[in-house]
Amino acid sequence: MSTEARKPPPQIALKIRRALGGKSGWNGIVVQFAFAAILGWIAYEIVSNTRANLENQHIAAGFGFLRNNAGFDVNQTLISYTGSDTFLRVFVVGLLNTLVVSVVGIFFATVIGFIVALCRLSPNWLLSRVGEIYVEIIRNLPVLFQILFWYLAVLAALPNPRQSISLLGIAFISNRGLVIPRPIGESGFEPFLAMLTLGIVASLALRFYARRALFERGQMIRIWPSVLALLFGLPLATILVFGLPFTFELPQLKGFNFAGGSRIIPEFVALTVALSTYTAAFIAEIVRAGILSVHKGQMEAGSSLGLSRGATLRLIVVPQAMRVIVPPLTNQYLNLTKNSSLAVAIGYPDLVSVFAGTSLSQTGQAIEIIAMTMGVYLLISLVTSAVMSVYGWRVSRSLGA
Amino acid sequence: MTDIASSSFVRHDLVSERPAPVKTTGFIGWVRTRLFNSPTNILLTILGALLLWFTIIPSVRFLMVDAVWSGSDRTACLSENAGFAVGACWPYIQAKLPQLIYGFYPEAERWRVNLTFVLAAVLLVPLLVPRLPAKGLNAGLFFFAFPVVAFFLLHGGGIKGFGLSWTAGLLELFDESIIGAGNVLLNLSKTSAVAPLLWAAGNLIVLIGTAIHWLVFPLIWLRDQIQDSGQSVWVDFAVTTVVVCLIAFFLGGGLRTGWRALASSFATFVAIAIVIKLMGLDHGGLPIVLTNLWGGLLVTLVVSVTGIVTSLPIGIALALGRRSTIPLIRIFSIAFIEFWRGVPLITVLFFATYMLPLFLPGNFTVDGLVRALIGIALFTGAYQAENVRGGLAAIPRGQGEAAAALGLSWWKTTSLIVLPQALRHVIPNLVNSFISLFKDTSLVSIVALFDLLGSLRASFSDPKWSTPSTAFTGFAFAGIIYFIFCFGMSRYSLFVEHRLNAHRRN
Repeated sequence: MSTEARKPPPQIALKIRRALGGKSGWNGIVVQFAFAAILGWIAYEIVSNTRANLENQHIAAGFGFLRNNAGFDVNQTLISYTGSDTFLRVFVVGLLNTLVVSVVGIFFATVIGFIVALCRLSPNWLLSRVGEIYVEIIRNLPVLFQILFWYLAVLAALPNPRQSISLLGIAFISNRGLVIPRPIGESGFEPFLAMLTLGIVASLALRFYARRALFERGQMIRIWPSVLALLFGLPLATILVFGLPFTFELPQLKGFNFAGGSRIIPEFVALTVALSTYTAAFIAEIVRAGILSVHKGQMEAGSSLGLSRGATLRLIVVPQAMRVIVPPLTNQYLNLTKNSSLAVAIGYPDLVSVFAGTSLSQTGQAIEIIAMTMGVYLLISLVTSAVMSVYGWRVSRSLGA
Repeated sequence: MTDIASSSFVRHDLVSERPAPVKTTGFIGWVRTRLFNSPTNILLTILGALLLWFTIIPSVRFLMVDAVWSGSDRTACLSENAGFAVGACWPYIQAKLPQLIYGFYPEAERWRVNLTFVLAAVLLVPLLVPRLPAKGLNAGLFFFAFPVVAFFLLHGGGIKGFGLSWTAGLLELFDESIIGAGNVLLNLSKTSAVAPLLWAAGNLIVLIGTAIHWLVFPLIWLRDQIQDSGQSVWVDFAVTTVVVCLIAFFLGGGLRTGWRALASSFATFVAIAIVIKLMGLDHGGLPIVLTNLWGGLLVTLVVSVTGIVTSLPIGIALALGRRSTIPLIRIFSIAFIEFWRGVPLITVLFFATYMLPLFLPGNFTVDGLVRALIGIALFTGAYQAENVRGGLAAIPRGQGEAAAALGLSWWKTTSLIVLPQALRHVIPNLVNSFISLFKDTSLVSIVALFDLLGSLRASFSDPKWSTPSTAFTGFAFAGIIYFIFCFGMSRYSLFVEHRLNAHRRN
């Protein structure tokens, strides 16, 4: 007399309802259909209007224009480029310029930001006020205002090349930009580079090994002498063996301008200075908030264990503060990259300026060009946020939450 | 006794007085503890003092001491004529002030701009002071009535119809578009491989369109009748008033509880009628000033206030959409928010300037300012959505569940229980977004609109005022204006945050 358990009813209708309407059931399905219909209608309107408009203006849609000759010059190129190159190459040139100004800007913004944060946290009243004034002034002025200020007021007020300001006779600042010595590769360049890479890799491996030894066996290994030898001794030895890796070509004033050396265009200088000082104010606030977020007891506990103040900061406070600092810090890096598009206002040849600006006005291919430009920035920010969510997941895992 | 006194471990004389402890209070103490308490700190103090010395002294000299205060053109601001190294050239600002504030707005009509500024201030100040009453009415006036009034004040022009005509026009447009889409499908079905399917879908859509056409036909007929009568605006207004008041009455609960809704909607319409009459909108209104004449601070404020007013509803809608249980709406909201947050504002403005006109019907041109406004509204809306979402996430689930237990619908739960609390939570964040929006309005100068920064830049190229210090003077002036607005808003945000966290202070 055994009774078998009855099979659960299939509930097909329920499953369909769940799949189509989410938790809201039949209402959800109806709303979704209505929403899809409206979206479809808008999309149809956009597509049909665009086709009609493009036909009226005799513009051929599609990416074929990328193979046409650009026919205009760009005043800063990292890869070789002439006016007879294609629009695709213009795109790459602009993208590289954007990346260069972003990377340089991020570097300086981080350095200035940390310095200002330390000023603000300093027990010295005067210094913390100086930091505060800096942050308040910079944060409350538009970034475009600052870019234009550096470009139109400060750099324009510099003297012409003949009276340029000399920095120790090596670099010269004038209203035509910054002229610095140009490194020229010599025969010893390749071995030097190889040894430098080897030194860096070996020091990283050494550090990894030392940390393993510390955490697993409690063994302290002093690595800094060997790291010093690897980072400086090894390249120095190669220089002695193979000769100098590169020499510098010094800029010289000839007539009205400089000959030799490499010139950094004033647009780049203005953009980098403005972006890095602007972002630095936000980074300073983030770093300060991060360090203040670590409980005072952590510092006290560290010193009660007999650690020095520096060691406590390095081993206890900073790692915990980093967890708070890193996500908004990446956000600021992303903001700086996006703000670099303001280069278009002063004519620095970044992606927006040469591609969405000059190329757009020459070809009239608005949809393709703006879609490509937006796509690049979108890709950068989506990749960054993906990396950040992986980081957040790792941090929450290591906290055991 | 002598025994103890003579023993060697008892003192025979008093311990000498120790010096008084170092003063740690008062000004001296403060200087000692906060500025000069260690060699490093002394060094840092000197460093800080030097920094201040080399920034503040030259700035003050430039702005006040060495400045030129009067003159009629550039010659007054040249060092040769003034006899000293000239700092700021204030007559230049004096000469350019109208341009920096109004742009090329006609001089005779500038009272309209001033009136708009005054109206905005009168409505905004009571909204910001928490102690004053009638926040709902005030917010309604500022967010709904003020933009409309400001539009007719600044732009000018009148209206030809009212609610009924507009509704009829919109429905007609919608209907035409649906029938058009159906016909396109029918045409496609002649050549396509899936012809029967397309034919059926096309016929269905045309059928829906025709049905809608018959549904809205009475409305269109009524519209035409009203337009033919002499007093089209007032007749239309009366009909709209009656219809809307009746709808409010029945939605408000009919004979039982609807009187309040009836009265308030009637009062709203009376107020609208007064505005129409006062501004003469029924017969042409004020003379039209095209937006390409607007400029300076006017454009900056118009763009930022419009951005603030439009981005909030967009942000709330997107935030609710992102938390929705309906998959399609949630996915759409997430994609929309992430898209606009992922691209720089300048590409959004390029998009609005170059791509948006392509998306609209050929006979339909959009003003350059409006295009920029649309771009900014979408961009800021996505950021506001994330702010509002933070507030929604901070409301405990129990609030919504309690409302549901009382039998409130989703709309009532959201609008009466959840949203008011959530928005109150995120006021500081919203204000911070407004600060960045205000700063970002300067970007419209790149797409050929002359806001404060754009007008400033344009004024640099005037040869009448080209001196070495012109650029610095202009930037100092504009910088002070931007700083006052942004700093004021950030202080207000701190104030509200402090007030909201009153219960957490100890």
